[in-house]
Amino acid sequence: MKSKALLIFSTLAVATIVLLFFGCPSGKKSVVEGDAAQKVYVAPGQYDEFYAFMSGGFSGQLSVYGIPSGRCLRIVPVFAQYPENGYGYSEETKAMLNTSYGFIPWDDSHHPELSQTNGEIDGRWLFINANNVPRIARVDLSTFRTVEIIEIPNSAGNHPSAFVTENTEYVVAGTRFSVPIPQEDITLQEFKNKMKGTISFIKVDPQTGRMNIEFQILMPGFNYDLSHPGRGKSHGWYFFSCYNSEQATSMLEVNASQNDKDFIAAINWKKAEEYLKQGKYKEIPGVHYHNIYDEKKHMAYSEINDKVKVLIPQECPGLVYYIPTPKSPHGCDVDPTGEYIVGGGKLATVIPVYSFTKMIKAIEEKKFDKEIDGIPVLNYEAVLHGEVQNPGLGPLHTEFDGKGYAYTSCFVSSEVTKWSLQDCKVVDRIPVYYSIGHLCIAGGDSKKPIAKYLLALNKITKDRYLPTGPELAQSCQLIDISGEKMKLLYDFPTLGEPHYAQMLPASVIKDKQAKIFKLEENQHQYRTISPDQAKVVREGNKVHIYMTAIRSHFTPDNIEGIKVGDEVYFHVTNLEQDWDIPHGFAVLGSDNAEILVMPGETLTLKWKPTKPGIYPFYCTDFCSALHQEMQGYVRVSPANANVQLSWNK
Amino acid sequence: MKTKILMVIASLILIIVYFVPIWVISIDAPQFPEGLGLWIKVNTIEGFTDTDLKSLNTLNHYIGMKEINPESIPEFKYIPIILGIFIILGLVVVFNDKPTYKYIWIVLLLIAIGIGIYDYYLWGYDYGHNLNPNAIIKVEGMTYQPPLIGKKQLLNITAYSFPYIGAGVVAISIILAFISARTNKKGEKQNA
Repeated sequence: MKSKALLIFSTLAVATIVLLFFGCPSGKKSVVEGDAAQKVYVAPGQYDEFYAFMSGGFSGQLSVYGIPSGRCLRIVPVFAQYPENGYGYSEETKAMLNTSYGFIPWDDSHHPELSQTNGEIDGRWLFINANNVPRIARVDLSTFRTVEIIEIPNSAGNHPSAFVTENTEYVVAGTRFSVPIPQEDITLQEFKNKMKGTISFIKVDPQTGRMNIEFQILMPGFNYDLSHPGRGKSHGWYFFSCYNSEQATSMLEVNASQNDKDFIAAINWKKAEEYLKQGKYKEIPGVHYHNIYDEKKHMAYSEINDKVKVLIPQECPGLVYYIPTPKSPHGCDVDPTGEYIVGGGKLATVIPVYSFTKMIKAIEEKKFDKEIDGIPVLNYEAVLHGEVQNPGLGPLHTEFDGKGYAYTSCFVSSEVTKWSLQDCKVVDRIPVYYSIGHLCIAGGDSKKPIAKYLLALNKITKDRYLPTGPELAQSCQLIDISGEKMKLLYDFPTLGEPHYAQMLPASVIKDKQAKIFKLEENQHQYRTISPDQAKVVREGNKVHIYMTAIRSHFTPDNIEGIKVGDEVYFHVTNLEQDWDIPHGFAVLGSDNAEILVMPGETLTLKWKPTKPGIYPFYCTDFCSALHQEMQGYVRVSPANANVQLSWNK
Repeated sequence: MKTKILMVIASLILIIVYFVPIWVISIDAPQFPEGLGLWIKVNTIEGFTDTDLKSLNTLNHYIGMKEINPESIPEFKYIPIILGIFIILGLVVVFNDKPTYKYIWIVLLLIAIGIGIYDYYLWGYDYGHNLNPNAIIKVEGMTYQPPLIGKKQLLNITAYSFPYIGAGVVAISIILAFISARTNKKGEKQNA
């Protein structure tokens, strides 16, 4: 017996050594094919073919890359303060981060989504969700600036967001962490019976893009996880995956993995609109901030709304159905025709593919297994189109190429699987490095995918790049999907967590980029549109400095009469009207960020000097040959000093 | 009859000159890959884009050049009137269909053009030489007069100056008037 164990042990040991030295399946061995370098090389001065918008995940921001080169073009600050340009610090942008919980300097941004018209990407706006403090932001794609953030009340963990319907009628939100509605101080045991989850439909004004929470649906308190709209034939429906139908509140890892099937909720939002019209809603408390950046006044302001309309499924038959979905589903994706709904089960060994036509038929024939809080649960087999067998381990998210194929990311087995929608057969697979979350094809969640590149967004990089201590970058792998077989082309590190991405052809937005803000259209309350209007005004202990910046001086650049205890506001207007000539502003000892003022714009830095002295300020953006000369001084006197306010022109 | 039609066209096409630039000035510099320049029209100076004039003035402040402000150039008030007078005179000549009048009209127009170009030269000389003594950038012996016609290197910038559509229209007008006059003469000889 002993000798047998020894034999097994030594065989294993030898096998391990052999593997280590000769056959270890290492990522390094994945050799790219011959012309990959040419396919990703974008010569100096040439443009990339696509813009890729990647969420920053825990960075809270949005980063913009050129594809295929993988060059990072910009970081657009959205949910986190950004000292580099003063976003969230300047008087103009602070209000963007207001919430009902107060000023929030950080969030977790997950799913960027480009606006669509007729199911196609139209290049007007990009929506992105904040996961931690539930919000949705809108980024204007002509300025690459966050212009609106709306808070989602009665929610926690806004994960299945910010996906849009095919004409951007709605952008949606949902709650991943169910909470009591309204919030209250109860024991966690009591809470189990009071768990509710909301799904929110936020209407988008087709002209201005302005958002407004149209209604919420009060759902059973499961964890609503991801979502996608119906399109084409299924336009008017929305699908939300959910897990934790066990409604566990602790050790979800185990306790939320007990049920064999959780659900995808199919919501008929056209029906919801009818119920709203009929007045079948309740108004409930739901305090939420709505922050809007006025692009003419260069100023953000907050509106506070205190109510929302809710629809309750029990009272609205035909509004919601549950489709059973194996093992804690995550991804919930709809193909370009709108016929197939694909669920990604984190722990599943198959990918269930549902048929919209079958779903409608099952509803008509009332093929329900049971009801949960008035929501009929459809029969799994009656709705199922097919199951993809052996797709890889931990299938998460699926995008489509418009040629009848789907591409699914598999987190556990670190690969992308290509399979046919028609017969659910796997046709190709490619390893990724490592632990892929989302993937992205240009238009891959629209009616018109562009089947050229696929981005694999990976959580773990380990040995892929030069090591940088314990904290490593996450990564994006670029895969060519233009042929039958997927081909790895390129691999680059990313900023934050590239949780999800959207891509669009550069031609859609490249020529509509704003180059400057027109000075004559600047309606900022504290603008100064020519140096001779520069001035300093005291209002009690507040001092407003109306300052201009143009190559290469500030006006005024010598200011006296400021006292300790004053609140000083530097309102800096950049008088330049030439593209790419920003001016920056910073002052010695300021506990605030700098501001970076674009041509024609006014931005304000608030400063509270604490000690008397002479304080230099200067331009922080290398603007011209005489940038180093672009500086000035403020004299700060003791609080009780009798120094008159004076300045030069 | 043909001579009259030619003269009518010669006069009336001058109306186009009100709507198109007569001269173009542009600069080439590494920081302006998208180009930067000015259109000179009968009544004003305009940038290629809304902001070009301002950008050019910002650049010029380094060398101490005066700000180019179309409002401060009185010629822009007179040129449209003078152009109008030529159109009317041309039409008057149509009713006095004699070659001599046409030649006089042509000669007067040429004199007006000559004065215009000389005036443009003087403005260019003034902008290029009359520099602020406290200029940020002073290069010994350097002046910044733009070329009258053609191109010229000014420090890191290449400046171009060329006649544009409006000038071409005036040239066509003169040619038409000239053909009209010549045809008159031939007709007179044949009739004699």
